[in-house]
Parts: sequence; C-alpha cells; structure tokens
Amino acid sequence: MTEISLPESLRDVEPVRSVRTPAQLDYEFTAGDATTRFLRGITQKKIIGQQANEHSRVYVPPRGADPELGAATPLEVEVAQVGTVVSFCVVNLQFYGSVMEIPYTSALILLDGADLAIMHLIQEIPAHEVRIGMRVEAVWRDDEDIEPTLESIKWFRPNGEPDDPDVRIPGEKRGTGLGSWPGGVAPTELVVRNPRTGEGGTAEFGGEG
Amino acid sequence: MRDIAVIGFHQTPARRRVEDLNEVEMLMPAIHGVLDQLDMTIDDIGFTCSGSTDYLAGMAFSFVSTLDGVGPWPPIQESHVEMDGAWALYEAWVKLQLGEIDTALVYCYAKSSPGDLPMVLTRQLDPYTVGPLWADSVSLAALQAQALLQSGKATEADLAAVAARSRKSAMDNPNAQLAWDRPADELLAEPYHIAPLRKHDCPPITDGAAAIVLAAGDVARAKVERPAWIRGIDHRVEPIHLGLRDLTVSESTRIAAEKAGVAAGKVDVAEIHAPFTHQELILAEAMGLGDDVAVNPSGGALAANPMMTAGLIRIGEVFNRIKAGTADRGVAHATSGPCLQQNLVCVLEGES
Repeated sequence: MTEISLPESLRDVEPVRSVRTPAQLDYEFTAGDATTRFLRGITQKKIIGQQANEHSRVYVPPRGADPELGAATPLEVEVAQVGTVVSFCVVNLQFYGSVMEIPYTSALILLDGADLAIMHLIQEIPAHEVRIGMRVEAVWRDDEDIEPTLESIKWFRPNGEPDDPDVRIPGEKRGTGLGSWPGGVAPTELVVRNPRTGEGGTAEFGGEG
Repeated sequence: MRDIAVIGFHQTPARRRVEDLNEVEMLMPAIHGVLDQLDMTIDDIGFTCSGSTDYLAGMAFSFVSTLDGVGPWPPIQESHVEMDGAWALYEAWVKLQLGEIDTALVYCYAKSSPGDLPMVLTRQLDPYTVGPLWADSVSLAALQAQALLQSGKATEADLAAVAARSRKSAMDNPNAQLAWDRPADELLAEPYHIAPLRKHDCPPITDGAAAIVLAAGDVARAKVERPAWIRGIDHRVEPIHLGLRDLTVSESTRIAAEKAGVAAGKVDVAEIHAPFTHQELILAEAMGLGDDVAVNPSGGALAANPMMTAGLIRIGEVFNRIKAGTADRGVAHATSGPCLQQNLVCVLEGES
C-alpha cells in the first residue's frame, strides 16, 4: 500500500480505511393496468392471462406488453390451474429475506393454455423428486386469506398425471429436450419466425405456436 | 460524416403522477405514436436505443421489461443508457455514422413520482463525501443560484423573468404540465422555497415518455418532407465534485456548443434543458445565444420535467419547429447530473 503523507494535525489520527454510508429510499409502487387486472382475477381464485389479439400469445403473468408484437394486451383469457414444470431449482442455501425452510424447490410452471411460465414453489413432494415435465396443480390459501397477490397460491404440487415427455418451449410447438431440437440443432434465429411479418423460421418446426 | 436527421418525434402528455399504468404501459403510446406517424414498424428500424434509470423505478433492470413495448423479437440490435434519452440519441447517431444501418429508434421515459425525487437524485452524487450528506437536488441548485447572484451576473428579477416567460410559453404547449400567465414582478413577492429559489424557479415533478426516429440520407428524405438534419452534436462532462467547478458558468456546455457548431449560423430557436430558472441564464451564455433567439417556446423543463426524457424532448421540440417550417436552424440542449454536470448540444437544420 502506498504511504500516505498526512498534515501534522492528522498524524496521530487513525486513518480511514473504509466508510459505511447506508442508504434507504422508499417508493410508492403502483401495479399498473395489466397487473391490476391480473391480480383482481387472483382475488376470485382465477388465473387470467392476457393477449394482444386472439391469435397472439397468452401471457401469464401479464406485464402490460406483448414482446412479440410490441403491443398492449387488452384481451383476457382464463388459463388452467394445472401445468408442467419446464425448469426448476432446488434451493439449499438460506438467504436474507427468505422465510422458506431449506431445501425447497422453485420452478417455472407453464400453465395449460399459457405461453409464458410463471415462477412458483413446488411442495408436497421431496425436493429431489421434482423433475422437468412433471405435471402440477395450484394449491390456494384458505378463502378468507385470498389477497391480490400471487402468494394467494401457496404452492404447486404434483397432480398425479403422467409426466409430459416433450415439454414445450413456452409459445412454441417444439420441446426443450435435445431430442426435440430440429435436426439436433438448438432453436436459434434460423428457426425463429417474425411474429409480425411471418418471415423467417420454417413451418416444419412450427412458429405459429 | 453521413447526413443523419430526426424524422419523427412523439411524447406523452406530462403528468404529475401516472398511477394507473406501469412503465411500459406509459411508454408504449410514445413509441407507437412516433412509428405510426412515419408509417413504420420495429421491422423498419435498424437500431434501438433507450434512456432511463432504475433509481427512479426503484427496481433493478426495469428497462428490460419496457423493451417489450417495441416488440424486440426476433432479437433486435438494441442498447440502453442510464442517461437522458438525448444521450441515447447520441449513441444511435454514432451507430448510424458507422454506416451499417439507416434508421434508429430512440426512446426514454421516467416515472419520477414513485420515490422522493430530490432524495433519489442524491444517489448520483459522489458516494463517499457528498452522497452521505443527502444533499438534495433542489438545495444544490439553490447553491448554484446563490453563486450566480453573488457573481453579479444575474438578479432575482432575471430569474423571475425566466419563470414568467417559460410558463407563459407553455400555454401553447399541449403537453405541458405547468402553464400560467403572471407578471415577473408579482412572482418576486412570493416567499423563498429554498433561498434564493422560489417555487416558480423550480421544475415540476413529471412522469412521461418520448420517442424519436432518426434516419440517414435518402431514407430520411423519402420519409418526411423536411427532416431536421443533425449538423453537429457533442456532449461533455465536468467533475463530480461541485467544489472543483465554477458553478456560475457551464464550461462543458461551452465546449459542446463550440464542437457542435452553434455559432456557424443563425439560430432561430433554442430549446434549453434548464430545470431551474438560473440555469437557463448560465446555459444561454455558455452557448453564446443572442437576444434574437427564441428560447424555450415549449416552456422548457420548467413546464414539464420528466426525468431522463426532458432532454430528448428538447431535440423533439426543435424538430417539430423545423418540420413545420417555423424555424430553419435550431439548437437543442440536454443536461444531466447535479448543477449541470453533463451537457449535450445538438444543432438541427432544415433544408431550404
């Protein structure tokens, strides 16, 4: 470390090696139109997706814009409360703010009828038994505890249906497994269809979803 | 250098607080507005660049979800700056200069309202010595105003005259948030807000969004009758430590204006991004603008000050006037940071 030369008056003072400058800012967050409509559905124990037009993707949860069309999503479509695990993570570490007992499983769940997976907990099954393709159903809180929050669904649990062997990429006809990649090639831009112009991609590999 | 022009501009009306929409919902009308104006879609755009900041949203990577509003699929060429949209426009201009693309979409937005704005803005200060003092943006502007008054270069009456003229001009601006007609001497009778600034010397807190489309050469000429050609654009930054700067002048603006070629011709209109009245005086002097220049006919940032957006709106306002034929050559200025720390100057010109 470089020798620091201090003025005489500061010679006996302990040098400052670091500073802590805590900061806190409070924000008044508003949900906006799409999320408000979605959460109103949750209070009625309905999972309602949104789409830009009747041919476009169904987004659950809706964020206000269809990223394929760059358009608002005024249409509402109720989707199923059962779906397929498309990816998951077993959490083995306790972290700040977490109230969960470890290990637990957080998963991306593609609900039937939706084109976007929601993230939620998988419970009522040992963490090491959770797998991609597993069919799961929503478990709601008691009626008196239902609030406009996705936490009104306590978690998802296996619903007893056989696994989906060829899990769809959300919004696409092809699956995520290596065997389902067209010609063994990862789904790259080559097979991505432009949803606005219809250009690109190939009919064979599906783009019309 | 390639000829690059602003060919379209759209902004959302300035509002004190947009509570019924999230950020992308607030932004989309700006993007759709500018593309519809030009009969274009995202598929006609070569590069997209946006300006916003997570500190205002209070959310990490908030700009990622607003990108959904343009339809970025299949993957588009895209970038983001944690700056006012005027700097996003600069990046797009550089990209267009490279010659690979002919069009660019620039957009920016902010909800300034969810947090305590002057406090949120303290987070842009030096984090070791000034930030921990939580010196809010209005108090720092007041320090600058005090320095200017003490230098003898301006009086409180000069500040009030800027406030009166700006809010009166804003009455002709349908997108303005603050517009009124009151004489300057009446304003001087009001109490100080943070001395020597009075309330009317300060900008409103505004939520809003804006978007611009740039195009090169013949693509621009094919799209609109009178593109606003960017004849010069430059931006400069000064030290973050306020004590290292003479706050009564804006050296970075002076250099940027010189590099952008402000003095190379007659200036019909100047849109100056001066959130506080005294800053307009400092900036007009730094850019060497004469008394014959129409300054801030839109009302400027004193009429509506959506963070991250008010700078790009200045460029849009000059474009509007060149497009309409009411101006042939104009100067747009954008600022960022405490007490005019960073400044961008853009010279726009219509073909006669």
